[in-house]
Amino acid sequence: MIHAETFTLAELMITAAARAWAEDGEVMANGIGTLPRIAAGLAKLRLNDRLLLTDGEAFAVEEPVPLGCAPEDRPGHAGWFPYGRIFESLWSGRRHAMVTPVQIDRFAQANISCLGDFRKPKVQMLGVRGFPGNSISHRNSMLVTSHDRRTFVPGEVDVVCSAGFNDRLWPEGARRPEIRIGLVITPLCVMDFGGPDHAPRVLSLHPGVSFEEVAANTGFELLRAPDLHETAIPTAEELVVIRQLDPHDQRAGALKGNPSGLRARAA
Amino acid sequence: MDKQKSLREAVRSLHDGMVIGVGGWGARRKPMALVREILRSDLKDLTLVAYGGPEVGMLCAAGKVRKVIYGFVSLDKIPLEPYFRKARESGAIEVMELDEGMFLLGLRAAAEGVPFAPTRIGMGTDVLTHNPELRLVTSPYDAEDVLVAMPALKPDISLIHVSRADRRGNVQTDGRDPYFDNLIARAASRVIVSAEEVHDRLDLTHSHMAQKSLFDRSVVETVVAAPFGAHPTTAHDAYGWDMAHLKTYCDGARQEGGWDAYLRDYVGADEPTYLDRVGGVDAIRTLSIPNL
Repeated sequence: MIHAETFTLAELMITAAARAWAEDGEVMANGIGTLPRIAAGLAKLRLNDRLLLTDGEAFAVEEPVPLGCAPEDRPGHAGWFPYGRIFESLWSGRRHAMVTPVQIDRFAQANISCLGDFRKPKVQMLGVRGFPGNSISHRNSMLVTSHDRRTFVPGEVDVVCSAGFNDRLWPEGARRPEIRIGLVITPLCVMDFGGPDHAPRVLSLHPGVSFEEVAANTGFELLRAPDLHETAIPTAEELVVIRQLDPHDQRAGALKGNPSGLRARAA
Repeated sequence: MDKQKSLREAVRSLHDGMVIGVGGWGARRKPMALVREILRSDLKDLTLVAYGGPEVGMLCAAGKVRKVIYGFVSLDKIPLEPYFRKARESGAIEVMELDEGMFLLGLRAAAEGVPFAPTRIGMGTDVLTHNPELRLVTSPYDAEDVLVAMPALKPDISLIHVSRADRRGNVQTDGRDPYFDNLIARAASRVIVSAEEVHDRLDLTHSHMAQKSLFDRSVVETVVAAPFGAHPTTAHDAYGWDMAHLKTYCDGARQEGGWDAYLRDYVGADEPTYLDRVGGVDAIRTLSIPNL
């Protein structure tokens, strides 16, 4: 395995994010947003050929559709996946989405609806969209492009769109669907909610990042995973695939300043 | 049997305070000619039920909306609808913000004639906090199963854009995704369709395309000819969305008097004027179908 000599932080995050789907078997991989979508394609091509993908419109594909792909270069359709079927798929649980919430809290609850008072929001965002149904139906991973206390908030998110591990919002004695959180990829580290009682923890730190730096930029307490390690850097082969999946380098615009994957170590 | 009316006559059949369902999805296949005719009318106090796109923003900007019931409001490539955002942030409108799937289940309940649909969606989230009218039900089969009773969403009337219709109300919709137009139609049971083309008898001229019909004519009250009537949203397979125009529309939201300028400079007095002002039908024909 040859590791790339230079790579961007976005590429490091894509490589780390792809691993979210590695052990999923035959489920639909939905990476929503530039980096998650490239990551889902990378997962399909390098880690798990059984994954189902869509073309982002209405069809299932066996080969990931590159970002900005010209109509004549698009892969053939393996099946039909209009929105109605997306709901059928997600309600069946055979889906693993990776999304980009604006706020995440220690209960793994996520917000994309609005900031401030719901009745008269300071900032109206997307609304809850599919988060409530996704969160109780299938596994969800998250990828965020900033790691600070505005993203990883103290207390709870302003609007709980994704159900999490929070007793407050569940009726006592009622059966709860299993909340399945995959990976949380940030510009500093990879996290999950696999600690005791679903406590959030850091699985790996990106090159040059310290646990203390992550903790200082997170609004809630974090645990160190028992085998806390450095995030694996992309291999040369992975970078080739990433470039095929994103030939126009849209990933360069995903993070402010498009920093190097080794920036923290260099600094 | 002839259900065809002019755009103006069709909109005249609407009333203040109505609950109006809107077909399409985001910036896709929205009945924009009907929406613009509402903008030209005195209608007000409307409740909109939609997977919302620019129709929600425009009707909010024009002060015609009391409440919006939605799975989302977005312009796809432009994720945030700026006038909807303004209406929310100024507290000007009531909302029922729902999960996209709950919204579907509410339409389906209305279409099936039942008062609610049981679902787990919404449990554990603030959808229940911010929609206090949503109630929980306990399964009669197992008391540990507590579910949300998603109420039927029943518009008084729905507006749906189709590729072609005939005077009797038969419809066909091209494109790769039917979205939920069938449910928007069935939930309301009264529909005004706007159509790219209106024919005399689809069974005589387009029989081979009958599988493109998303609902039958028993729910279709009115048929309106509205060529390019989905602009600036897509009408698969005729033309794609007009992102340049949508961007101009969005830019107006950041300017003083931007909405009034949009009304004056584009919406105008009628559809032929509008189509000319946005660049003409030949230009619209060349808009490519979006591929994400």
